[in-house]
Amino acid sequence: MLYFARKLVSYLTNKPANKGAQFLYVNPNLDKPIFLQIAEQLEDSIFTGVFPEETQIPSTNEISALLSINPHTVLKGMNMLVDEEIIYKKRGLGMFVKEGAVEKIRQKRQSQFYEQYIATLVGEAVKLKMTKEEIIMLIERGYEHERH
Amino acid sequence: MNAIEVKHITKRYKDITALEDVSVTFQFGKIYGLLGRNGAGKSTLINIMANRIFADSGEILIDGAPARENMEIQGKLFCMSEADLYDRDLKVSEHFQWTNRFHDHFDRDKAFAMAQKFGLNVKKPFKALSKGYQSIFKLIVALSLNVPYVVFDEPVLGLDANHRELFYNLLLKEFEGGERTLILATHLIEEVANIIEEVVVIDEGKILLQENVETLLDKGYSVSGLAQEVDEYCQGKHVIGCDGLGNLKVAYVLGEKSALPAKSNLQLAAMNLQKLFVKLTEKGGHENA
Repeated sequence: MLYFARKLVSYLTNKPANKGAQFLYVNPNLDKPIFLQIAEQLEDSIFTGVFPEETQIPSTNEISALLSINPHTVLKGMNMLVDEEIIYKKRGLGMFVKEGAVEKIRQKRQSQFYEQYIATLVGEAVKLKMTKEEIIMLIERGYEHERH
Repeated sequence: MNAIEVKHITKRYKDITALEDVSVTFQFGKIYGLLGRNGAGKSTLINIMANRIFADSGEILIDGAPARENMEIQGKLFCMSEADLYDRDLKVSEHFQWTNRFHDHFDRDKAFAMAQKFGLNVKKPFKALSKGYQSIFKLIVALSLNVPYVVFDEPVLGLDANHRELFYNLLLKEFEGGERTLILATHLIEEVANIIEEVVVIDEGKILLQENVETLLDKGYSVSGLAQEVDEYCQGKHVIGCDGLGNLKVAYVLGEKSALPAKSNLQLAAMNLQKLFVKLTEKGGHENA
């Protein structure tokens, strides 16, 4: 968090009119490759509306300098989003969020939901010898919590 | 070919071989990390590239032309050296003026602007600067030269955390997404791990490896668990090092991961560049003998 705040301050002081890049940070200690982290965070920023559709996202070089990451790594992450048709390149201008990107991300995440959450959840529950009914109760408690 | 090509360079000092048959290529448009332990030969290689000392054999080509005693070709390369080669009585601003006269591609305005960012007092003579600011001064000179190849020898020596961050920030800005080649010789590996694209590891005067950082990190991993299970898993694999704690063992492996045996409690984890470097160069017998 401190790292994040420091980055934000340095970026803001260098460039007051930034485009919201403070939402990006990478953790070099994660097993996940840096380019994937960048792709995921950009995707998340698009999904949560930090970068609305048809607006420009920060350039490869901006992100590279902000996070002290090699520009090739950043580009690799960006290209993943280009391949998934979430962002696109406007010649001579930069990268823009594609129309329909948010819906596309939502669909992708929904289709990954089982693999990412349910399968892991059930696996762990079995290990802990928890019954199906107990799990369903916990899920309902979660929804209850969400409502408040 | 747009590159610095180091070909079969050998350099001996009396009975010490500083570099032995070193061949390595630094391609245009990439950021390199030249990593090596103390005394591995990093600075010797840089000094030969910069025409400050001569190799006993071998040659260096810059963009295809021999670099030795070739002033025109040397103009494409700037090596920021760890040693202080500046007149200690001259003020920083005077140094900028002189650099401007000596080099065709020095951007004086940029240098003054960077000095301000770093809080470097340009009215002070070089000798009155602290160790950190002497480094900063040298970095500013290197960053303000618009030449295709720039080498930094231990660039952040004596810099505090804020200044180091500012330096990496400016470095990537100057890199402009690949319009030049930057070579960082350092042993602060963790700091440059995400900045460099290619890594060159030099150990005891020899090139140990040259590889794309991502490819390398993809190959290196650690496996941990009960010593016996770890040993079984590692059979036939390229193990570069081990750590142990009682009955537990961690092995560091380079190469393809194979599937974990069923019902095993082994854990696979990625390795960072620093760990890889330490394990690779430890083998040279500096310690852990």
